[in-house]
Formats: sequence, C-alpha cells, structure tokens
Amino acid sequence: MTATDISRRGFLAGIGSIAVAFSLGPVAVRPREAHAAAQAQDGLRIDETGDTGSLSWLVLTPSGLTIHSGKVELGTGTQTALTQIVVEEMHLDAGHVGYVQGDTEVTPDQGVTAGSKTVQNGGPQLRQAAATAYQALLGLAAQYFHVSKDQLVADNGVFRLEGTDRQVTYDHLVAQAAVVLTADPKAPTASPADYAVVGRPMARADLPDKLTARFRYVHDVTVPGMLHGRVVRPSGRNARFVSIDPDSMARAKAIPGFVSVVQRGNFVGVVGRTEWAAVQAADADTGIQVDWADGEPLVPQDSLPQALRDPSNQYASVEMVNVGDVDQALASAAATREASYFTPFQMHGAMGASCGVADVRAAPDAAGVQATVWSGTQDVYALRGAIAHLLGLSTDSVRVVYEEAAGCYGHNGADDSCADAALMSQAVGRPVRVQWRRQDEHGWEPLGPAMAHDLRGGVTAGKVVAWEHVLCSPTHGSRPNDNPGTLLAGALTGSLPATLPTDPDDSAGRNAPVTYAFPNNHLTGKLVRSFETTGTTSGVPAAPLRYRFLRSTALRSLGGLSNTFANESFLDELAAAGGVDPLELRLRSLDDPRAKAVVEALADTWAARPKGGNGTGAGLAYQRYETQFAYAAAYVEVQVDMGTGAVRVPRVVVAHDCGLVINPDGLRNQIEGNVVQGVSRALIEEVLFDARGVTSVVWEQSDFHPTPQYPVIRFDAVPRIETVLIDRPDQPAWGAGEPTIGVIPAAIGNAVFAATGVRIRTLPMTPDRVLKALESG
Amino acid sequence: MPTPLTRTLMLNGRRLAVSVDDGAEDLLYVLRDRLGQHGPRFGCGVSQCGACTVLVDGEIIRSCVTPLNTVAEGASVETLDALDADGTPNPLQRTFVEKQAAQCAYCVNGIVMGSLGWLRQRKAAGDTSVPSEDEIAAFLSGKSSASTFDYICRCGAHRRMIEAIRQAAPEVLA
Ligand code: FES
Ligand code: FES
Repeated sequence: MTATDISRRGFLAGIGSIAVAFSLGPVAVRPREAHAAAQAQDGLRIDETGDTGSLSWLVLTPSGLTIHSGKVELGTGTQTALTQIVVEEMHLDAGHVGYVQGDTEVTPDQGVTAGSKTVQNGGPQLRQAAATAYQALLGLAAQYFHVSKDQLVADNGVFRLEGTDRQVTYDHLVAQAAVVLTADPKAPTASPADYAVVGRPMARADLPDKLTARFRYVHDVTVPGMLHGRVVRPSGRNARFVSIDPDSMARAKAIPGFVSVVQRGNFVGVVGRTEWAAVQAADADTGIQVDWADGEPLVPQDSLPQALRDPSNQYASVEMVNVGDVDQALASAAATREASYFTPFQMHGAMGASCGVADVRAAPDAAGVQATVWSGTQDVYALRGAIAHLLGLSTDSVRVVYEEAAGCYGHNGADDSCADAALMSQAVGRPVRVQWRRQDEHGWEPLGPAMAHDLRGGVTAGKVVAWEHVLCSPTHGSRPNDNPGTLLAGALTGSLPATLPTDPDDSAGRNAPVTYAFPNNHLTGKLVRSFETTGTTSGVPAAPLRYRFLRSTALRSLGGLSNTFANESFLDELAAAGGVDPLELRLRSLDDPRAKAVVEALADTWAARPKGGNGTGAGLAYQRYETQFAYAAAYVEVQVDMGTGAVRVPRVVVAHDCGLVINPDGLRNQIEGNVVQGVSRALIEEVLFDARGVTSVVWEQSDFHPTPQYPVIRFDAVPRIETVLIDRPDQPAWGAGEPTIGVIPAAIGNAVFAATGVRIRTLPMTPDRVLKALESG
Repeated sequence: MPTPLTRTLMLNGRRLAVSVDDGAEDLLYVLRDRLGQHGPRFGCGVSQCGACTVLVDGEIIRSCVTPLNTVAEGASVETLDALDADGTPNPLQRTFVEKQAAQCAYCVNGIVMGSLGWLRQRKAAGDTSVPSEDEIAAFLSGKSSASTFDYICRCGAHRRMIEAIRQAAPEVLA
C-alpha cells in the first residue's frame, strides 16, 4: 500500500486515493460527512477518533483496494464474501481486497464479531460503499473524457468510451484523485440479475498461505525481547492460593532460562527466556509446586438437571412468550405429552490451545501506548478496556491488535490468555507470550452452560394446540468488558465478574421461542446463578467470589442448540402422539413460505428414507435462526448398534436459506462445519467435573489421564453431507456460521427414535446412555 | 538436572546444528522457537491431536512429545514449511486449496504431514493403490494398521480433507 499510511487512530489518504467511509456494524452510517482534515500537502488525514469513530473505510489506491475495519476474520471466510461484494460493485471480474482489521489503533470499534453476522450486518453497507466509490470513479472518468457518465462502459478495471477505442484505467484515475466520501445510501448498485461475482464460488484468499505455513497465527507472533509464560491454575474453581513450596521454587530457579514466578492473589504464572524453560518451571514435577486451599464445592455434576431447576439456584424467571391459554388447551387436547430435556456443559475446544502476547511498558511511548496486546479475541475494543482496567492503565494507553487464532466458535480462552500475558509482562517488564497448555484450555476456558428444559404439549386432529416450554440455564454471555473480572486473570486477582443478565434474550433464550403458529404457547426462561449473588433475586456477584457452577459464556449458537434440541425433539413426540408425519406436522405448523420451502426441500429425501426400526432410521429438525434470520432444516440418518448403544450418523442432508448467497462454496463449507460440530456435540461432548473443577482436561483418556476426558468427533465418524442451498438473490444475505448446528442434535434424536423406538432426551447420546434407554425400553 | 545437548539435523534438506540447555526439550519447541518453523503447531502437547506433526527420517512424529535427545544425530526432519521449497506446492497442499479443505486451518499441518508420511510409507512398502475414503478416514482416526495417531479438526472440514487427500494420492504415490 503506497498511498495510505497508518498512524495512531487514523490513516493518511493521500493524493492517489479514494476513501469511502461506511459502517460494517448494525448501526447506520452517521448522517455526518466523514471528518477529514487537510494535513500535509500530500494528503488528507482521516481521523477516526471523532464522530466517524465507528466507521470502516474502503480505500482505493493504484496498488489496490483496502478495507480498514474493526471486524475480524474468524476463519470462516468472511473476508472472501465481503471481497466478492466489493468486486461486484466495482465492476471487476476478480480482485483482491486487503484488510487492515482488528487493531484498536487503526480500525474502528464495531463491537464483537460473532453470531455469524459479519456479512449480514456489514454486507449491505459495504455494497453501498463500493457503489459510492464506483460512482466517484465513473465521475472522474467522465471528466477525463469530457463526456457524460452514460457514454462510459466499465470493463474489469477499465472505462471505455462507447463507440471509440479510447479507454482509461481505474488506476490512472485513482492516481490523480484525492477523494474522501461517506457511503451514499442512494448510489446505484448492481442488479442481482447481473451478478457475475456474487453467487459464484470464490476461493479463500488465506488458504494458500495457511497450507504452506506462511500464514501467521497469534501463536506465531514474536516481539523483540519476548519471554515465554505459562500459567499454573488453582486446584479448583473456588480454591485459594496458600504458598509455593520453597524447595520447588529453588528447583525452578535452577532451570536454565528461568526468569520469574508471578503471583498475584490466586493468579500464578511462570516466565522463562525460552518456552521450554517456562514449560519446565510450570510443571509440578520439574518446577514449582503450589499449595492451594480447596474452596467450597461446586454443585455435583450428577445433580445438574435438578440443580438447574432448583429455585434456590435461580435469580430470575422471565416470561418470554404468552399466547392463549396453555392449561385450558391441554385439558381439552386429544393427546398430550410432557417431557424433560437436558444438555450438559460443553466446550469450544479450539484446536490450538489459546495464546496471547503482551508488551506492557513502564511508561507510554511517544504515541501514548503503554501496553500492546496481540490477540485472537472476537472484540479488540472490549478486550482493550478489560486489560486496561486489569493493569490499572488508561484505556487509551492500551493497544490491542487482532491476530487470527485457531477457530474459536464463540468466546473461548482467547481473551483470558492475553490477560495472563499482560499480567506477567507487567510484572517482569518485558514482552511475554503465553501459550496455554491443552489442560489450561479444557480445564479453564469459559464453557457453554448446561441447560434443562421442561415441555408440555397437546395435539388435536393432527395439529399442535398447546405448547409450553420452561428452560433453566446459567448465562451464555460473559464476554469481556471494562470490568477486569470478566477476564479469568481478573477474577483470580480479586475482581468480581460481570452482573448476570436480567433476561434470557439473545443468551439462554436464543431460539427458545418456536416459529410455529401454535394457538396456545407459553415460554419461560429461568436464569441460574453461576456464583453467589447479593440476594435471592440478584444477579450481582457477592464478594468473595464463589462459584456454584462452572463459568459459562457464548458457545456457538448460545442457548439455541439446547433449545432447538428440546423444541424439535418434543415436536416429534407430539407428531408421534398425534399420529402425524413429522415433516407434515412441521409444514402444517409453519406459515412463512420461506420456512415451508426449506422443509419441503427435504420432502423427497424424507419420502425415500429408511423405514425405521432394527437400529436404522431417519429424523428431521427445523429452525429459523434467532427466529428471524436464516432458515435451516436437517435430515439425518442413523445406525444404532443395539448391542452397544453406539450411534453412527452416516448421512446428513441440510436445506438452507440465508437469503442472497454470496459464495456458495464458502457457504457449504460453513454448513458442513456446523453439521460436523453438531454431530459431535450431540453424540460425544460433555464436560466432566468434580467438586473442585473440570476433570476432562485433554481430548482422550490415556495412561496419563486415566479418567474419561473430552473427546470430539473423529474422521471415521463424520457423516456424508449434502447441502441444498436456496438462493434468494433479491433478499438480504444472512449469516451462516450458526443456523445449522442447532438442528443437528434434535434431528439425530428423532432419527434414533425412528430407529429404536426409544427417545433420548439427554445430550450427549453416548453408547452408555443409549444402551440404558434401550434396556429400559 | 538438565543436560545440555547439541544435535545435528537435516532440517528440510539443510544440515544444521542446534544447541539446547536441556536435551529433554521437545522437538516442537526446538523447531518453532529455535529453528523458525511455523508448520508444526502446539495443539495439545500430549500427542492427541496431530497439530505438531513432522516427519523424522520419514516417520510420522508428534514433535510435542519427542525430546530432542531421542532424535538420532543427523536425522532428517521434514516440516510443512518446506514442502513447496522448490516453488511447486506438494500435491496435498494444492488439493487442500482446490477443495477449500479447511476453515481456520490450524489443524492442516498435522493432517497434511500425517497423510504425506502415510502415503509415502505405503509407496515404500510397494502399495501404490489409491486409498479409499474409508481407509483415509481410518488412518486419520488412528484405526489403520499403519498408525494409532488420531488427528483432530475442530472446524469440521473433515470430508473435504478426505477428498483432498484422495485426490492428491495418485501423485504422491507415483
Ligand atoms: S500438539 Fe502434538 S499431538 Fe497435539
Ligand atoms: S480447519 Fe480449524 S481445526 Fe481444522
């Protein structure tokens, strides 16, 4: 990039550039002209600290297209889809768009990148920005030829003057320009019927470098003078630091390359000149031995289903849906059913254990930066606030730079590992890289919480006449904010976590409301306190912090996976009770034509399904993501080993409507990932814990980890996946990162029922659990 | 007490000597922190995921649990970093891109290096038949006669990876 120069909270758009401001977030572009102050004679400084702070910038220079954005790539190919939108509107055949992203110094605060919304929220704004830039170029071309715009034809980076052989390249025009604009909401955009790039498969730009080890993940960040840190976690969630055994301390100090032990409250870490020195110093066999006092016990794992429902563990109960009169409708229904469902704690389990790098100085540098953090976080701004408060620095003096980590699927250990690095760097006065061990990740990452569901329903004449759902759940939202207690290191050093949410919306309650038109429908969300709070109806943490349940947060689709497991399994129960075909019951209960279309897309597959019985069967499930976005329906075939209870999923078919399809191959890849992770969470995954904390700390049971661990799906268990994409070119593009995962567990459960006549209402559907259910019939 | 060690290795065809304070240092850290390799990655540190896979004298090795002092003097170590050193991507690197067989791609080092080692071993044993999708899945699940190593991909790109390996296999076996 030659003509734009990055500086603190801004960049220079010099002569030779066109810069268009737009918003990638859900907020509209502020109705104010982009603030640009003339600076050096060679350019304009675009100041992002003022009113335009929430804006992204599309910058054209002769050397290429660049987007400055606060959003970050999460390994889902989002950039590729955004690139396609820009290329289309710029009337290019193909093209590369560079991204300067996720750096609190040079990109704007656009909130968290999650919930599969980047393309959904940002796509339309980016399209307008690109269309605005194109109009600016077209205007320049018209001036160049002294003709009107309609005499010009754009052709892959060149404007031709109609009826002549005269032409001018975009690059030539840009090289003379110094234009700063705000995206024009009225700039004409390409018609979906003419799309040549959008809607076609496009290869992801990042993959070649990832295949050749040239790509740099956060794990590969190195900073001059960087040391290596490892953490030593407490013996339990409520344990307190007592002491470090002096002999073991002496032993650690003798390790070549040992630098320091950092202890603050219950936070303990070691720092070494080499990673190996830190590994050795943190290992109780070769380095320090820490003495901890066990704290109060956690609620026992085997009592979770009752404990979540226990009012003494709940601080709020919120009525989310109340239509008609369920009790009355149940009393007069031809057939009624009641059932309870349960999902355990599950983890993100990133393939790469979390890693963070921090460089905390004794004083700010010339630009005012005192601490720099390199992180795989989903929100550089939120992490910046949390780290600043953890370190006792002003928010302004902390810089957080996004570096891609392994796929995260929500709020995992990415932020916490950076807080560890920051604390240690501050203590030793040198940059520190912290690599979590697998045991740190599995044992301490913030989890997706367990959930319990109680449902009642009634059918009359093949229609659902009554529906009631009560869900009980700890929080699904503990992302970092200005409170340092939102970071593990903050909580370990005495800060209290954030106040628990007051309602289940967009948390435990995601996809709890069904989108079926049931005449009598009631939904209640009961919110479970993760830790002691200041009163029976309070979500405010009490001091000192004492956990009842494991710390929980946002895991792919939040409450949606468990809610849809309960809803869509129970709908099948009602179908059986009413003697209705499950696909037919869904069609009858839906009135949105797009919803019906995804279910109908599976009709032929459903009609040709294995008949069911003898351990072979098929099941269906449907949901509309967050009840208002993408539509997803899944058809799943299972084979149940009647002797062992093992469930295999050989085949999955997904029908998916997320509006305009930008990159069909990227979309299929996302859907496939959803299916595989959904099968894994349905069949295998369960966090195991005792009174102290998590005991499933690696992927597999072994001689070194003799108790059951936390495995995920393996290559030989992955189904064949077919996807039916329903493209709606005239509709907004909705995200696809999460809609499908929610329907997989219910579709599997329904297939197991078809195969065996036995309904499994608890995840995961392990061989033991299925076998027990088979035996008790 | 740690015993210092100097080892000569043929790293991606280049002869070099590496010295460590502690000969028990695992090869993963030696490769990443001292020899500038980025292909092998830390995933689990306990030989359960494959992220750290390298080939040592042609053998599939989990470098996270392989102390340097167990690597033979003069051993050849091959990493993902140099698979395209001659300017041409390895067939596996190419087909993984063609099939878009990854999401975050943190796992691909293990899956590419593991299957490369496996296919070469088949060839060396005189078996140049292209493995079926089930055979590839069994290998990557540690259930083939060749290996008990499991490979994890948390993003769920498994099917594309299996197809990419199958597509590259004829060239690797040729
Ligand atoms: S990091 Fe070596 S096998 Fe996981
Ligand atoms: S692509 Fe992310 S772990 Fe395999």
